[in-house]
Amino acid sequence: MSEYFKVVIIGAGPAGISAAARAAELGVSHVLLEASAQPAHTICKYQKGKHVMAEPAILPLRSSVRFAAGRREEVLHIWKEDLQAHGVNLRLGAAVVGVQGQRGEFKVALASGETLSAEFVVLALGLQGNIRKLGVRGEDLPRVQYQLDDPEDFEDETIVVVGGGDAGVENALALAEHNRVFIINREEEFTRCNEGNLHLLQQAIKEGKIEPRLNTRVDHVEELDVGGFALQLEAKTPEGTEHILCHRVIARLGASPPRQLVESFGVKFPHADVNSVPALSAQYESNVPGLYIIGALAGYPLIKQALNHGYEVIEYLLGHTVEPADEALLQEKLHVFLPNHTVNRALRVIQRDVPLLSGLTTLQLREFLLESDVFAPAQDEIIFERNDYSNTFFTILDGEFLAYTEDKNHETISYRLSRGNFFGEMGLLSGRRRVGTVKAATAGVLIETPRRSMLKLIRTVEAVRHMLDDISLRRAVQACLGGGLNDEELDYLVRNATVKKFDAGQNIFLQGDKADGLYLIRRGSVMIVRMNDGREEVLSYVAAGNYVGEKALISDMPRSATVRTAVPTETILLETRAVTEMLARNEAMRDVVLTRYRENVRAEQQLENRNQERDGLFNFLMQQGVGEATDVLLIDYSLCIRCDHCETACADTHGGASRLNREAGPTYANIHIPTSCRHCEHPHCMKDCPPDAIHRSINGEVYINDSCIGCGNCEKNCPYDVIQMAVVDPQYQQRSFLEVLFGRVAGWGKRDRELSASKKAVKCDMCRDIASGPVCVRLCPTGAARRVSPEKLALTARNDRQEMET
Amino acid sequence: MQRESIIEYERYRHFRLSAGAMSLAVVAYVFDKPGTEPYGGTVLGYVLGTLAALIVLFLLFYGMRKRLTPRLPKPENTEVQTRRRFARFALRRKARRPLTFSLKGWLSAHVYWGVALVLFATLHTGFQFGWNLHSLSYVLMVLVVLSGLYGTYVYVHLPRVMTDNMGEDTLPGLLAKIDGYDKLAATSALQFPDEICQLIERSRNETRIGGRLLEQLSGRQKNCPTQLAVRKLHDMGKEFHGARLQSFHDLYAIMNHKEAAVVRARRHVKYKARLAIWLYLHAPLSIAFLLALLTHVLSVFFYW
Repeated sequence: MSEYFKVVIIGAGPAGISAAARAAELGVSHVLLEASAQPAHTICKYQKGKHVMAEPAILPLRSSVRFAAGRREEVLHIWKEDLQAHGVNLRLGAAVVGVQGQRGEFKVALASGETLSAEFVVLALGLQGNIRKLGVRGEDLPRVQYQLDDPEDFEDETIVVVGGGDAGVENALALAEHNRVFIINREEEFTRCNEGNLHLLQQAIKEGKIEPRLNTRVDHVEELDVGGFALQLEAKTPEGTEHILCHRVIARLGASPPRQLVESFGVKFPHADVNSVPALSAQYESNVPGLYIIGALAGYPLIKQALNHGYEVIEYLLGHTVEPADEALLQEKLHVFLPNHTVNRALRVIQRDVPLLSGLTTLQLREFLLESDVFAPAQDEIIFERNDYSNTFFTILDGEFLAYTEDKNHETISYRLSRGNFFGEMGLLSGRRRVGTVKAATAGVLIETPRRSMLKLIRTVEAVRHMLDDISLRRAVQACLGGGLNDEELDYLVRNATVKKFDAGQNIFLQGDKADGLYLIRRGSVMIVRMNDGREEVLSYVAAGNYVGEKALISDMPRSATVRTAVPTETILLETRAVTEMLARNEAMRDVVLTRYRENVRAEQQLENRNQERDGLFNFLMQQGVGEATDVLLIDYSLCIRCDHCETACADTHGGASRLNREAGPTYANIHIPTSCRHCEHPHCMKDCPPDAIHRSINGEVYINDSCIGCGNCEKNCPYDVIQMAVVDPQYQQRSFLEVLFGRVAGWGKRDRELSASKKAVKCDMCRDIASGPVCVRLCPTGAARRVSPEKLALTARNDRQEMET
Repeated sequence: MQRESIIEYERYRHFRLSAGAMSLAVVAYVFDKPGTEPYGGTVLGYVLGTLAALIVLFLLFYGMRKRLTPRLPKPENTEVQTRRRFARFALRRKARRPLTFSLKGWLSAHVYWGVALVLFATLHTGFQFGWNLHSLSYVLMVLVVLSGLYGTYVYVHLPRVMTDNMGEDTLPGLLAKIDGYDKLAATSALQFPDEICQLIERSRNETRIGGRLLEQLSGRQKNCPTQLAVRKLHDMGKEFHGARLQSFHDLYAIMNHKEAAVVRARRHVKYKARLAIWLYLHAPLSIAFLLALLTHVLSVFFYW
């Protein structure tokens, strides 16, 4: 006979703790299950003294446990107190292996073999997943541990580290300073750790600091007491069985992502995408009746959101109606649109009028609106301008808007957009400047959604993705081929178009290939390369929003050049058949394409005077990933006097911490790329920022705002190592005129003061607060430093001085 | 790809300006008939002196201009910031002004007007020199300008040479390479007689990169143990045969690589030293010159 509870809450993170506390407060029979040995395990794993932030600041907290920004220890202490005060029924070390059934008849199976019955199940698993254990006898011995808080805690011990991933290698390296360390790896080589760690590891092995055991697996661990050693680990090496006497075993075997587990409970994910979150009702109920999902797993990664969910979910499953914590916020937001409606009614109106949003659940719509901004532009107000660097997405709730753009022949194309329509999707998808200007034809109401929320929505709701794909394709075709197409022709082309994705450095087509069609570049960028005398010449660089391969359509000859992607690229292929048919029928379009053809022939003629260094330089820059940059700092080493004044000036304007490293970075043909932000089209750093603190401003710079919580994700995600975690000195003073006159040194006294503020991510913000532009460029004594975009770079590399100087 | 240097800045803008000013000064000097022998006290003498003093102030200001970083505006209220998170910034778009100044322009002007200063000051003296404070100021000024001219030469000439020398390496990278060669050589030398071991050992412990000022500037180390080791190894080749000869050649190759890296690193240090050394004269001398100039001006007014 299994124990019965009204609600079983799985996972004692913030969401689970809050739910359990609310249940306890209301006297609902409950149990809070936690696989690890402590509640809030993920937060316990934060480094000592880490400052836990309470973002988003505007969201009110509603929970039975207290929470405010503070040091990790304080937050955890308060939660433990609250759990006790409410008398929460917490079970630690209770890993759930299966959930079956539905509302009223859930069976929750634990790893211990026990089964619990419940009316409701609340999943608050988070995203960390379950830490993989050794899976052999002795895996739970006290001295077999699965994490390492502080390597300094151990000295003069013999420690066996199991696992050749980054975590294992880093632990082994840190421990090797004061201990004898073995590292056990299942594989022949350390293929799963990054290059830097691999290099350090190899060195440590060479110096005898770490003793590796490759192709080896752990058979079992047992306790004993021989010569001061507490454990004996039996390992199966290729040579046979080895017994290692040690004090401690540290296994770093990664974690199993929770998705698989959750799917086994019957929960459906709309998408194969790893970031996909399960579809939930407004009450957080999943497709399994009675199974609720809250917190990070439901797509809400912040602590405060999770705490609110915990409270609300208990109310909901008891059948209470509670106003969600965000009700007041939404009311205020929607006030501009429908001042006299309740939030729910206004939401219904939005779903009725906006086809794009009609497929969303109420919960998704609420979140979408919460993250967005609703505002009412006046007539003739400009929403954004062509070449702006903004990347938000706009949905029209009311009014008419006029979008106009220029085609290749500088002819204006305009569209009228009305209620229910949307715009700004090109900037969103390509990450480039706005291709057109949009202004309000009448007074209206718009929803402006940040890029991240929009991308999340595309990942979660299939219908949104379809609709956006279809419309954006249509508009891309129109922007590339000119305005002379009617709806029917557009339909025809769009129906015959296929979206193709390419990795960086892949060939879209090869010189000499038979032409299959015209490629519109929707995202990313490509290089056009031609073989000449057995070596490759880079003819040009083509960015998103343009097309390639149109020449072969006209002349019926094989491809005259190879087109290779510079970065991961998404293209739309318009097939030759459809295009030739269209060209025969539509004179306007034929004109556009023919003009471009003639321009190309001419441009190629002019490119005869080419030199090897130029091609080499261009290839070098592309290899360094400059193709995905929007603005990259280059240093002309034929002018640079290595005075590092760029770094000094940068530090002086940014609280004493320089955001660039002049000496680091590659050099080719006197062009040096220092380690400094390139403001990528699709910034890798934005990928996973919990408080959504990284933005691109109108002028193109990618910057981190004050809501940074110091998690370090962006630092890890940046492939160019340009983000660092640093303490920015809030009291840093730039020198005054007199101080400079009397020779005060920049950053004087900084070292004497204890910098107690927590670390935050810092990166180049292109001196966005300084009207005259980046100081690294402006204060370079010899003008060696400059910032360029890749399109200009193509011209630069072509020795085109006039263009370059602009 | 190559952009203009500080000399060619804006198609020799500051050369054209300063040359124009110099010609005017020369013409004025030639046609001036002050009634006495020309000296600092004539009308033209005072005019030229005043202009020269203004040029001096302008030149001295370069040192400050370089260190004065643009002020940051006061941070906005953070709540306002979070609310206006998005691109509606478009509505209050911040137009970027073109560069209000570039330090490159200032440096270019600094160079040309520094040269012009010599002419202005010389005409100001009316070629009257003596063993006095006034002439001391003049001499100090000339020294400052000469050190500056050397500085200009190295600023224009050395960057390219440095890149050619280092290629894709950085100094820390090169030092790490040298360290690697040392370790390889030490292991490889174990199988050879003591004499060779000692050579390698010495090369490892006593090779200096950088070091004293003169060593930095010359890019050499007297009796460099690495070069010595390579030379001696070269002559020892005939003592080994067979497999040992093979290992010996390996060692020889390693030491040759090391020597090349050491030479490159020293050259890099040499260039860096040359780029920096002249400022240690230029800056203090200009302070000394400023003091002498102040005294010169005060004393002239005092005796007036």
